[in-house]
Amino acid sequence: MLQILFDALSLGSLYALGALGIALIFGVMRLVNFAHGDVIAFCVFALLWPSTDAMAIVFAGQLPWYLLVPFVLLCGAGLSVLCEIVVFRRFRQANPATMMIASFALGFVIRYFLLMLFSSRPKSISLLPELSQPVEILGARLPLLQLITIVATMVILIGLTLFLRQTRFGLEMRAAAENFSMARMLGVRANRVIMGAFALSGALAAAIALIFGAQTGTLDIQMGASIMLMAFIATVIGGLGSLGGAVLAGFLLGAASVIMQVMLPIDARPFRDAFVYGAVILVLLFRPQGLIAARGTKERV
Amino acid sequence: MSLLALSDITIRYSRLTAVRNVSFSMDEGEILFITGPNGAGKSSLLRAIAGVTPVAGGRIDLAGHEITGQAPENIARLGFSMVPEGRDVFGSLTTEENLLVGTGMHARERGWRSRAADELEAVYATFPMLKERRHGQAGLLSGGQQQMLVIGRALMTNPRLVAIDEPSLGLAPNINDQVYERLIALRAQRQLTLLIVEQSSARAMMVGGRMILMRGGQIVLDGDARTLGNGEAIQAAYFGYEDH
Repeated sequence: MLQILFDALSLGSLYALGALGIALIFGVMRLVNFAHGDVIAFCVFALLWPSTDAMAIVFAGQLPWYLLVPFVLLCGAGLSVLCEIVVFRRFRQANPATMMIASFALGFVIRYFLLMLFSSRPKSISLLPELSQPVEILGARLPLLQLITIVATMVILIGLTLFLRQTRFGLEMRAAAENFSMARMLGVRANRVIMGAFALSGALAAAIALIFGAQTGTLDIQMGASIMLMAFIATVIGGLGSLGGAVLAGFLLGAASVIMQVMLPIDARPFRDAFVYGAVILVLLFRPQGLIAARGTKERV
Repeated sequence: MSLLALSDITIRYSRLTAVRNVSFSMDEGEILFITGPNGAGKSSLLRAIAGVTPVAGGRIDLAGHEITGQAPENIARLGFSMVPEGRDVFGSLTTEENLLVGTGMHARERGWRSRAADELEAVYATFPMLKERRHGQAGLLSGGQQQMLVIGRALMTNPRLVAIDEPSLGLAPNINDQVYERLIALRAQRQLTLLIVEQSSARAMMVGGRMILMRGGQIVLDGDARTLGNGEAIQAAYFGYEDH
């Protein structure tokens, strides 16, 4: 029982962090950033030395954790900000559909860049192996990594909440997410807020990359896409642009996946995702605006 | 030198020309009403000054700087503060957070924190109701309270010119009277320069000051509100004689 709870929480953590990264950017510029998944993949491969060999040449992955974590976070934030400056800044006046297609294109550019450097073969890596030891809690044996995942996610969520609620920059970001042009008329610098959102989103992508890399031990240039899909669905269920909703929906999706994995009859288990998506459709039928509707996206009366 | 000067401003939305070759200027301390029927281009003009709507031609100067085509955040830094139509309260933020959003633009200056705190107290002194609801969600305030909030929010940046787009929109007449009472008191207190857009010229005649009447994207009358209001010219200008 406890095992199921922790599985659900740790899978939900990944989805929640991913959803948050998408919701942050959607909040300030109404962009659904489909390149987010490829930023995750990029961060994982930042651990390796570029080579097309089947054997991974671990580079940054050998750093002790207190250097490794900041390095990967910086990679994610840096790439994400770069995407903003090079690509999305030119599309700021464009309509959301154009921006979305640009993000698809950018995602492919990042993915094929990785393909060029690392080839399409999945590579195995043992990232922070000391974390895979099991620990015993209340009679259940859990991998230490799962615990760390959950704790790290909580820390990130609390930290981000404090950042948004207590700091000047957080206040400006929330104001800009609700009404961008009004915030600018009050002197909020558009570029600063948007770059801040991209940096945060990139760092969240890096956190996912670290957790996912340590959990699975295999690196694949497609890996971002699967999380990205779930995370995107979570942002939609949560109510596009609503950060709280994105996190909630991320955890719900994680829980739904794990519970269905356990409860479904054996024959139906391979189709678990179909059931999860079915549940998603049901939710959207009853609450098309999402679980928690974001204010800025509501129609004005 | 005038505080705000527009010369030959034209604004287009794709093929529709909303404002056609409009020029006027405003001095420090002046109160100017821009009135006119729906679609006269009043709001477009304000939004162009604020930098949210691009101009198709002409030039705008504010406090000695050319601001044509500048970003809204830079225009705000020159002392222009806008209260847009429909108020645009940040509904998910608290009342106090709404007031504080605009103070960040002075963050590079020394002592801005204490000055922001003083401004906040001054706004609360003018609108005590805002202080009572300071930690409440701004979206839950009534229409009149929201109008007071956005006026307070505009004052927090310590502006030289405050532009207000249709403060009467959607407010009960007695609430509207209260809003204007406060505005006039504030103007006397702080020597504010006010640019107010209203559909009806009745309010301008009551308050006094200068009035510009717009119709079809152009200025038809410009003069003292009370003198204009008593003449027959305004009737004719408002309803448009050339249409008959």
